[in-house]
Amino acid sequence: MIISIASGKGGTGKTLVATSLALSLKGRQKVQLLDCDVEEPNDHILMKPEFTGSESVLIPVPKVDESRCTYCGKCAQVCAYHAIAVLGEHVLTFHQLCHGCGACSYLCPEKAISEEGREIGIIETGQSDGVAFIHGKLTVGEALAPPVIRKVKDKVNHDGTVIIDVSPGTSCPVVEAIKGSDFCLLVTEPTPFGLNDLILAVETVRELGIPCGVVLNRAGVGDAGVEEYCRKENIPVLLTIPLDTEIARLYSRGTTLVEGMPEWKERFVALFDGIREIANERVSRIKW
Amino acid sequence: MRELVVLSGKGGTGKTSIVGSLAALAQNKVLADCDVDAADLHLLLSPTVRENNEFWSGQVAVIDENKCTLCGLCQDMCRFHAISDFKVDPISCEGCGFCFHICPVEAITMKENLAGRWFISDTKYGPLVHAKLGIAQENSGKLVALVRQQARQIAEKEGKDFIISDGPPGIGCPVISSLSGANLALLVTEPTLSGIHDLERVLGVCQHFGVPPLVCINKYDINEENSRQIERHCLSHGVKVAGEIPFDNVVSESIVRGVPVVEYSSGRVTREIERMWRMLSGMLGNGSKG
Repeated sequence: MIISIASGKGGTGKTLVATSLALSLKGRQKVQLLDCDVEEPNDHILMKPEFTGSESVLIPVPKVDESRCTYCGKCAQVCAYHAIAVLGEHVLTFHQLCHGCGACSYLCPEKAISEEGREIGIIETGQSDGVAFIHGKLTVGEALAPPVIRKVKDKVNHDGTVIIDVSPGTSCPVVEAIKGSDFCLLVTEPTPFGLNDLILAVETVRELGIPCGVVLNRAGVGDAGVEEYCRKENIPVLLTIPLDTEIARLYSRGTTLVEGMPEWKERFVALFDGIREIANERVSRIKW
Repeated sequence: MRELVVLSGKGGTGKTSIVGSLAALAQNKVLADCDVDAADLHLLLSPTVRENNEFWSGQVAVIDENKCTLCGLCQDMCRFHAISDFKVDPISCEGCGFCFHICPVEAITMKENLAGRWFISDTKYGPLVHAKLGIAQENSGKLVALVRQQARQIAEKEGKDFIISDGPPGIGCPVISSLSGANLALLVTEPTLSGIHDLERVLGVCQHFGVPPLVCINKYDINEENSRQIERHCLSHGVKVAGEIPFDNVVSESIVRGVPVVEYSSGRVTREIERMWRMLSGMLGNGSKG
C-alpha cells in the first residue's frame, strides 16, 4: 500500500508525520520511506539514514551536430518550451527550459540532433534502522522537480508499505508525488491558512481519485474551521496532535516524535489501521 | 521602484504573516502573492477584486478516437507516460506536442488549457495582484511571472515606491520565477534543523540568480542554540540577519481574526517586525529613484 503525506500549506508537520509513521510500522512489515519533497528534502535529518547508493537524475537535452544541420528551423517550430532556436546559421539551445520530450531530435529531417543527459538532481538510497530510505535532491538553481520525483518513485517496492513525503502546495510536484497512491494523508493546522490550503489539497486529491484523511497538527491554536470543514465534507480526522512546545523542541533538534515520546507509537499504528480500513473498503467497493 | 520578495525554502515558517505586516507598515507599494498554488495573503488583506482574468497556458493533447488507428506510436514515444489505452491523461500530459507532430493519421490535436485565474484587487493597504492556479495544473512559474509583471505595471503607472511579494516555498520553478530580477530577498526561517537545511539551499538559489538576501529568524526562541547557528552561518556567508521574531500565540490569533499581526498586537512580535521593516526599507533605498 502506498500512503502519501501532503498538505497544501507548508510547515504543517508532513515530515513529522511521515517519519513517525514509518518508524511505528517497521518490524511489523516492510516499510519504505520516500522523500519526494525534492526541493527541500528533510526526512534524512530526522531518519539519519546510512546511504549506500546514489544516482544522477538526467534529463535528455538536445545536442546539435551543426555539420549536418541545414538550419531549416523544424526543431524550433516543434519545441513547445522555446528551448531551441534557429537564428540565421546558428542553433541556440536553452537547456534550462528543456523538458526532455525528445520531439526535436526525433523530428529533425537531417538527423542532426542527438540527446545527452544533463544532471538536474540526484537520488540517494539507504537504510535507517529497519526502514528502506530513498530521497531525491533537486540541484540548487534548477527549476524542474517532477523528473527527480519520478526517479524516486521508480524505487517503489510494492511488496510492503510505502510512505511518500510530498512537497507543500498543489501544483505539478505535488501531483507527481501523490498520483498512484492508495491513500493520501493531509496534514494541516487549525488556522484559516491551514483551512484554505487544505481545501485546495482536497480538491487536488479528489481530482486524482485518491481517498484522503486528515491529521490535525498543533490542535489548540486557531479556530474550529478545519474540523467543521472535515465534518461537512465527510473527511475523517485520523489523528490529532496538540500544540506542545516539547514536540516542537524535539523536531527542532531533529528527533522524531516516536523516538522522543514513545507513547505516540501506538497512535501512529492506529492511524495506519484507520488508513488501511478506508483503503480496503474502497478496493472492495470498486471490485463489487 | 524596488522589489522585495519574501521566500523561505521550508514552508510554514511565517512568510505570509510577515508580508501581511509589511503591507501594513510600508507606504506607497503594490503587493503581489506569488504563491499561486496555495495563496493565503488575501486572508489577511481582505481584498475587493477589481479585475478577474483567465490564465490560459500550455496545451493538452486530445486524441480523436474516430481517426485513431490504434497504431500505438504516440504511446511508445510519450516520455511522460501520459497516453495509455489510446487516451491522454490530461494531468500527466506536459503539452510538448510530440504526439501531435508524429501521429501518422493526424488524429491528435492540441487544445489550449485554462490553467487558472489572476486578480487585481484593492485593499486598504494598496493594490494586490494575486492568482489561483487551477487544480492539478502546471505552469505555476508562468503564472508567477504574470503576477509580477502586472504588479510592476501597476507600480509604474501609479508611481509606487515598492513591490512586496509573498513567495512560494521550495527552490524550484515558481521560486525561481518569483526571485529572478528582484532587488532584495527576505528569507524567513525557523530554528529547526529542517529550517537551517532549507535556508542553506534557498540562499544558494539567491546567489545563483544574483539577488542579495537577508534573513529573518522566526520563532527564534523555540531553539536558541539553533538560532545562534543560523546567525553564525549568515555571518560567515556575509548575509545580514534582519530580524529575530519571538514565538507568540498572537500570530495565530491575528490569522484567525484575518488581520496583519502588527495591527492586532503592539507587543514584542510587532516591535521586531517594525524594526525589521526600517532596516529593509533602508536597504531597498528610495524607490522613486529606481
